[in-house]
Amino acid sequence: MTDMPAPAKSANARQSGSFEHLVYVLRANPVTLLAFGLFAFLIFCALFGPSVVPYDPLETNAAKALQPPSMEHWFGTDQIGRDVFSRVIVATRLDLSISVAAVALSFVVGSILGAIAGYWGGWLDIILNRFLDTIMAFPLFVLAMGIVAALGNTIENIIYATAIINMPFYARLVRAEVNIRRDAGFARAAKLSGNSDLRVLALHIFPNALPPMMVQVSLNLGWAILNAAGLSFIGLGVRPPTPEWGIMVAEGANFIVSGEWWLAVFPGLWLMIAVFTFNLLGDGLRDIVDPRKRT
Amino acid sequence: MLNVRNLAVSFQTRRGQVDAVRGISFDLAKGEILGIVGESGSGKSVTSYALMRILDAGGVIRAGEASYSGTDLRRASERNMRDIRGREISMIFQNPRAALNPIRKVGHQIEDVLRQHGRATRQDARTKAIAALEAVRIKDAAARYDAYPFELSGGMCQRIVCAIALACDPKLLIADEPTTGLDITTQKAVMDLVRDLIRDRGMSSILITHDLGLAAQYCDRIMVMKDGQIVEQGDPVQIFSDPQHAYSRKLVDATPREGESIRSLLPPEERKALIPHKVHPRPLLEVTDLVKTYQGKSGPVHAVRGISFRIDQGQSVGLVGESGCGKSTTSEILVRLLDPTSGTILFDGQDIAGIPAQRFVKDPRRADIQMVFQDATDSLNPRHSARQTIAEPLRRLGGMGGSALAARIEELAALVGLPLPLLDRFPHQLSGGQKARVGIARAVALNPRFLILDEPTAALDVSIQAVVLNLLVDLRAKLGLSYLFVSHDLHVVRLLCDHVLVMKDGAIVEEGPAHRVMSEPTHPYTRELLAAAPKPPARRIAAA
Repeated sequence: MTDMPAPAKSANARQSGSFEHLVYVLRANPVTLLAFGLFAFLIFCALFGPSVVPYDPLETNAAKALQPPSMEHWFGTDQIGRDVFSRVIVATRLDLSISVAAVALSFVVGSILGAIAGYWGGWLDIILNRFLDTIMAFPLFVLAMGIVAALGNTIENIIYATAIINMPFYARLVRAEVNIRRDAGFARAAKLSGNSDLRVLALHIFPNALPPMMVQVSLNLGWAILNAAGLSFIGLGVRPPTPEWGIMVAEGANFIVSGEWWLAVFPGLWLMIAVFTFNLLGDGLRDIVDPRKRT
Repeated sequence: MLNVRNLAVSFQTRRGQVDAVRGISFDLAKGEILGIVGESGSGKSVTSYALMRILDAGGVIRAGEASYSGTDLRRASERNMRDIRGREISMIFQNPRAALNPIRKVGHQIEDVLRQHGRATRQDARTKAIAALEAVRIKDAAARYDAYPFELSGGMCQRIVCAIALACDPKLLIADEPTTGLDITTQKAVMDLVRDLIRDRGMSSILITHDLGLAAQYCDRIMVMKDGQIVEQGDPVQIFSDPQHAYSRKLVDATPREGESIRSLLPPEERKALIPHKVHPRPLLEVTDLVKTYQGKSGPVHAVRGISFRIDQGQSVGLVGESGCGKSTTSEILVRLLDPTSGTILFDGQDIAGIPAQRFVKDPRRADIQMVFQDATDSLNPRHSARQTIAEPLRRLGGMGGSALAARIEELAALVGLPLPLLDRFPHQLSGGQKARVGIARAVALNPRFLILDEPTAALDVSIQAVVLNLLVDLRAKLGLSYLFVSHDLHVVRLLCDHVLVMKDGAIVEEGPAHRVMSEPTHPYTRELLAAAPKPPARRIAAA
């Protein structure tokens, strides 16, 4: 990244700079590397899961019901002979999509509301804060249950419910981050450069709130998965026989007393790995999006 | 009393070991005030932290000896050090507000120290704490005892910190930049107080500062530090009149003094001939009865109370005053980031005060009025490289793009003396002086006609300040700019400005040609400001 006069070239240099930075962050912190490894594995399962699993996740086989883990069925089979391993892997796509969609939705809506409240303040800020307080005053899981029960038992409604209960966290975080930078020198300088308030907010102030947001996003992805699984566990949202970790744990729970532990343990384990991955990912993501870590 | 031999301190960082202090030796006699002068990164603060054994994580004393009245400071146990700190050696820190606990009454904070060192009991702590407050000349000490730090001014907080530091009658006081960030009259009051207290109690003191002038005025002996080494030490007058080391000479040159010109701040070999700037007696900016009133919780706050002045084309006007006098509000209004309550601002004969700040962004005159901000770090977006920062006004207001934009950015970088490879760096990868250059390049990018400089050198080291001031003078001549230079330092203003406005409590109390205001001030406040500025001894030889 030295003497490169042409703008195209320097853009290239910046690109390779980001890549080197990614490598640096991963190398500096083995935990981040582990988290990214697990994340890559989850993404792989979500994308290619259905085409790589050994069995059709919905195919029943009464002759092979409730078999313990073996070379043939790694995670055993359930009460109607479906392969648990195939179902766990295939469920990744649904669980990840629900959480990613819910988090994306709350990220966007929360960022917009929080940024507006933090930048303009005044009565907008007051109204929004009271509104968020109201949402947060409910026990969040109960609120999600209520929303799904009221709107109807569909996957979209699980996404909306999860997004609504997560939104206040984003709005508050963005509000605080925007508020402390509202009168920063660089924001005023951006106005002198001919940027309207909206542009200053969107292009100059908001990007500076991204590093802490990334931690929140990552933690929230884990939460959202738990939330979706929890809703399915109590019978809201995803319905059998669709493979989904929450339902699988719920169905398997009945068989633990009779010794068929694998039905509940493996989907539960996968759920735990997913949440664990996202919790670890946060710090790494923050380091990657923060230019100050780039030296 | 204090003997330091070959002290070396280093820090373990991500990029290996950094030597902050590389083998320094000095002695401090009883009753002596020693000044350690150096610029940021010279290791002057680290030296004092090492003596107190309060180095940050990763910092270790590598080698050398330090003894205080026979106690080995390097090897003393933590328990012994705790006794020494406060009772024998105490310290005043740079930012008084940060040094005080924000949620405890100041009186209680003094009591804590007294009781920690067994100087007071529960019964008489309050009386002793009030006595300590009186010792630092706080009026109405009994009432101030119950104050919280946020209720007190910066100067008052620094007095409280002094009271805490002196509460247990230490023998040695280390003051680390005690007046940075304070107003110039407050600085004088605090420094006079500290000097008197030290003299009265027969204490020794180490004054750490970046201001050679201040050190010369208050110290018996000065030590100049650079890159962790002592480059020169001696009597202040002698260092000023005949500095031996090249670096101390550079520092002495860069310290603004009476009767010097702006070029003389630079080392002799860098003094180019000054290009005179032309002042046309046509008004560029005429301000009439400008008023700004805020609605505070306890009634209206009058930030600016009807000020009027004019700036001619090509003229540089200095706006001088202390914090809270309304100079920043005035500059924000002039640069049209803030709307005045009333008054007119004629720019080129047309009123711009009536256009709301929000709409002025789209005004064609936006490019004509620009500003260089006080804190270069704060004024650069941490996520934008220097190139993106300079490109911003050119893209948004200049409508430039592609190769024309790239060429203009490089032209500007050359103009402000920013090496081209630095353009792709982010603010945190640039030094203070480089950041100041980026800020100036952005401000002059669109060839403005009027530039407001809001204490552009306040956060810079003196040698960098010298370079930046000279850059501003050169730019003025090259681009025909008019400046409004906002500052608290009359000596700096005098170097750059033709005309000076002195502001106090929202009103202009004195104005006139710079040399007249400096030599024959008429208003008592101007005289007070001039008297408060540190007066470094003159140089004996005028370097040709």
